[in-house]
Amino acid sequence: METGLFSGSVHIGIIYHPPQNYPLYIRSVPTENELKFHYTVHTSLDVVDEKISAMGKAMVDQRELYLGLLYPTEDYKVYGYVTNSKVKFVMVVDSSNTALRDNEIRSMFRKLHNSYTDIMCNPFYNPGDRIHSRAFDNMVNSMMMQVC
Amino acid sequence: LWKFSGRNKGQDHFSDMISNVLFNFVCNCVLLQIMELCGATRLGYFGRSQFYIALKLVAVAQSGLPLRVESLNTVKDLPLPRFVVSKNEQESRHTALYSSDADNPASYSGVIPPPPGRIQQRTSSDQQESTSPVVSPQQSPPTSPHTWRKHNRHPSGGNNERPLAGPGPFWAPFSEAQPGSSTSSDPIWSGHSPPPHQENWVSFADTPPTSALLAMHPASVQDQTTVRTVASATTTNEIRRQSSSYDDPWKITDEQRQYYVNQFKTIQPDLNGFIPGSAAKEFFTKSKLPILELSHIWELSDFDKDGALTLDEFCAAFHLVVARKNGYDLPEKLPESLMPKLIDLEDSTEVGEQTGEVGYSSSPAEAPPSKSPSMPSLNQTWPELNQSSEDTAIVHPVPIRMTPSKIHMQEMELKRTGSDHTNPTSPLLVKPSDLPEENKMSSSVKYTSGNTVTDGYSSSDSYTSDPEQIGSAVTRQRSHSGTSPDNTAPPPPPPRPHPSHSRSSSLDMNRSFSVTPGQQQAGVVAYPPAVPPRPQPSQGAGPHVHRPVDADGLISHSSTSPQQIPEQPNFADFSQFEAFAASGVNKEEDDEIETHSEALQVEKPSDSASSLRVAKADGRVDEKVPANVPSSGKGTTPLAPPPKPIRRRLKSEDELRPEAEEHTQKTGVIAAVLASQPSIPRSIGKDKKAIQASIRRNKETNTVLARLNSELQQQLKDVLEERISLEVQLEQLRPFSHL
Repeated sequence: METGLFSGSVHIGIIYHPPQNYPLYIRSVPTENELKFHYTVHTSLDVVDEKISAMGKAMVDQRELYLGLLYPTEDYKVYGYVTNSKVKFVMVVDSSNTALRDNEIRSMFRKLHNSYTDIMCNPFYNPGDRIHSRAFDNMVNSMMMQVC
Repeated sequence: LWKFSGRNKGQDHFSDMISNVLFNFVCNCVLLQIMELCGATRLGYFGRSQFYIALKLVAVAQSGLPLRVESLNTVKDLPLPRFVVSKNEQESRHTALYSSDADNPASYSGVIPPPPGRIQQRTSSDQQESTSPVVSPQQSPPTSPHTWRKHNRHPSGGNNERPLAGPGPFWAPFSEAQPGSSTSSDPIWSGHSPPPHQENWVSFADTPPTSALLAMHPASVQDQTTVRTVASATTTNEIRRQSSSYDDPWKITDEQRQYYVNQFKTIQPDLNGFIPGSAAKEFFTKSKLPILELSHIWELSDFDKDGALTLDEFCAAFHLVVARKNGYDLPEKLPESLMPKLIDLEDSTEVGEQTGEVGYSSSPAEAPPSKSPSMPSLNQTWPELNQSSEDTAIVHPVPIRMTPSKIHMQEMELKRTGSDHTNPTSPLLVKPSDLPEENKMSSSVKYTSGNTVTDGYSSSDSYTSDPEQIGSAVTRQRSHSGTSPDNTAPPPPPPRPHPSHSRSSSLDMNRSFSVTPGQQQAGVVAYPPAVPPRPQPSQGAGPHVHRPVDADGLISHSSTSPQQIPEQPNFADFSQFEAFAASGVNKEEDDEIETHSEALQVEKPSDSASSLRVAKADGRVDEKVPANVPSSGKGTTPLAPPPKPIRRRLKSEDELRPEAEEHTQKTGVIAAVLASQPSIPRSIGKDKKAIQASIRRNKETNTVLARLNSELQQQLKDVLEERISLEVQLEQLRPFSHL
């Protein structure tokens, strides 16, 4: 991974699917151009939904690795991941992070999923709330630091 | 102050506490002097003012001033001034404390003349310190924290037990600590009830003598509460202080712990059970903390991430709530002293043990794996396992012996430690279920395929130590004898349940950790439950036929199950087993009917025996699985399972035979029963009556074994829980440095 300022930009968003697709959590590293990433995450939701509906009978496909949306100028990749409860995780990674392999992305999603499950276990967390968990933040930060 | 003096009347009891506390950090002679001075001047009891006086005297003594009436007088007369002058910050703080105390309920009657002055000083100091986050409950709760803090300071000085320690050190650190000191825990139970002063202590978290006190000042300014609480708090703190050799703001005092336990009981009578998330949510919502903070507290305290709180988790959560209410910021990470105690409920020891266990587990981990590959005979493996467990036992005081008593010991330990264990019911074995132990037992008994691991875990704690073979064999057998349908993929053989599995969590954890290190473990853990069911049903019939002797039947039974687990190794084992079985019994075709009946009978004893083993296996599996799951969240190493099953099978075969005997040894009753069984088979084929008799006996044995199995599974479950929590702790300690 590069270590430049903008080199490793990763942007992770968790979108709550069921009724509406509003984001529960968005984090970027580095934090510049965050709005653009927000937009990217949101637009990628459509593609994710497409993939979900396409899967049909294979309802549970955890590892939906979505490689696409190579934005011409930006050249970043968007990965998607859907849980059984239709919670979507979207990760936007700068293509300059060429070292990010598929396995790493998968493992990152797995960690995200595990952390998300931990949050769900918290009785004080109402599904649909924004995620304010510090533990989750720490996990996401550490994960993103690793890839940047 | 004077006005408060009247209030202090009711604080006679405090005197004892105070004296105790004071004793802690002041040498006896000094304390006596102080007592004298205080008592003499005061009403003869340690009222709050007395307490304050005493404290001051302590400070004085600590600061090396001669403990005389003069000093006392000065203290009394100019408590504030003196302190202020000599040690600006500290004194001001100190005085502030006192003043705050005085304000609140402090009844420094006659001792603390310028309460207002002190207060002012305190305020100023508070402002200086203002960093202290205390702000929150400045009403009633804070008072206790104040005193508590104050005491903390003193105790710290007292701990030194040197005259020079004095309040100075306290104060200074306090001021410094203040800025950041969110930890000073002034847990005031305001939210929870007007706990008697004693309870105030309970709510006290250990605040570092330094920071806590300072923080308290600001809070104390406003509070009101009570001399009582203060006094009690101080006493508690002081006492606590002395016991704790380090400044741990989050340490739970005994009184606090008692209070927590009582509260736990009101929600969940079973101390070893869980408080479901919803109940906990309601309970903690009563504390009127913002949901966000409660959510954070929950995240910190739900150690095993199962959505429920065990007793220790609950205590930690409660402690955090109290701390927060007293103005202490929540930590980012669960403080060490609040970590759920896997072994026992003692805070300090637990922490050390846990760490020790964690460190230790690696060594035992190696032991079992190494043993299994070698395929020693059952006898060998068992002793070896015992050995490893004994090694781990070093960490934990509980000795591990391969004897039936150990099992009982383990069981007892299980009951003692109880609540921390999480029930790894989730397939990932990461999130233990909230099932109370009873559920675990039942689940283990049922041994559903889906939760085979969990089931196994719950029951055979004692056998968890022997991970692979036994575990797998046991699990399989259990499943077979149980009602669970065949599981899916043959999980890697769980480590042979170590008969000597000591209850000490350290041991278990060690074992579990030892298991964890190898990825194999993960595979093994996940699989064992699955394997047992499968092989048993299918294989059971075959081998049974061949087995004239119950023991053999057991063996074959177990062997069959192992076989199922790993395809290839199974074949190997199975073939071996078959050879054995064939050699053992040559009556395959002779008595179909009888063999069937025999098989039945054999199955029963074997079931019971296998249940024992399964329990063991389950325990181990549980250990492994949770360990594995957390450690290798991502995937399991396929390599591990295959070798394990092979080993397990072979071992199980060997084990079955010797195990059959060993198990019986372990459980005297079972032994007797099992012993009788071998003799039975001989005659089965010959005499129907004999067969029936043997059937009866087998049934008896079966029930006994089933009982033992359930017990073991319970132990296993507990152990697995411990293991899981240890692993979780380990992971937490390891800062997400790995993906």
